[in-house]
Amino acid sequence: MVSTVLFFLFAGFAIACAVSMVYHRNPIYSAISLIGVFIALSCLYVMLAAPFIAVTQILVYAGAIMVLVIFVIMLLNLEEDTALNRLRYLYAVGGGLGVALLAQTFFIFYAVLKTPKVPVDAGTTAGKTMSIGTAMYTEYLLPVEIVGVMLLMAIIGAVTLVRKLEAPELELLEEQQSDKRIE
Amino acid sequence: MLLADYSLSTQLKEMEPSLESYLALSGILFTIGAVGVVFKRNAIGMFMCIELMLNAVNLTFISFSRYYGDVTGQLFVFMVMSVAAAEAAVGLGIFIAFYRNRLSIDVDDASILKN
Repeated sequence: MVSTVLFFLFAGFAIACAVSMVYHRNPIYSAISLIGVFIALSCLYVMLAAPFIAVTQILVYAGAIMVLVIFVIMLLNLEEDTALNRLRYLYAVGGGLGVALLAQTFFIFYAVLKTPKVPVDAGTTAGKTMSIGTAMYTEYLLPVEIVGVMLLMAIIGAVTLVRKLEAPELELLEEQQSDKRIE
Repeated sequence: MLLADYSLSTQLKEMEPSLESYLALSGILFTIGAVGVVFKRNAIGMFMCIELMLNAVNLTFISFSRYYGDVTGQLFVFMVMSVAAAEAAVGLGIFIAFYRNRLSIDVDDASILKN
């Protein structure tokens, strides 16, 4: 009973935060709403006997990724998002897409009825950090290594993208920007 | 046949929200994210909607992992998180490079390849 109440509490919080994220035009408000979604989902992961993933969710998503996003929003000093002007038909496209996706997902739930109704005992489940670590470094060693290589590529790519420009390149860019500011 | 060892703990487990309710929440969150990608105009807003969609899929993985008692779902969530972190680093780098060039982060301004 308690867990059902908690589920509806966290699910309602997650959906409310998600809607507010899409609704707000100010990127900072959107980012803070998204952090609310992450925290609600992390609480749900604890209820699903996955404490390791719950902690990782807070650390990686709310702690690292969203800090980076908010940092970039502050750095670029973004103004409020302007409303669609010339692509107004996109509202209809988006609404139609949403309805279609929702109908599709709910169709899947009623098609997949072979899923077990009762969860396995929480004591034996795979949420423990040790079982995750064992599986990660034995059975799933190759994917973990691929992820490591991918992260290295991402670091190099990010540094290359935002590196300090060489002098001639920089002069060209500043010229372009001053032209654009005059416009 | 399994009714014989139907202990108190399993009866208590039945009061937990069902798998369908977790999947329904995940579907709703995914839909909100997908609609947001279409509605948002600035690139960071779209990026955050994509993160929301990734999280909805993560919730599906975790709930299936719980109901099958299998560790694979949680490992996949770990991989998805790594990909999301890499995506954040590279994506935000692209946004900053784009802002340097166009002084805007509106996706409508990213039309230099047109014509």
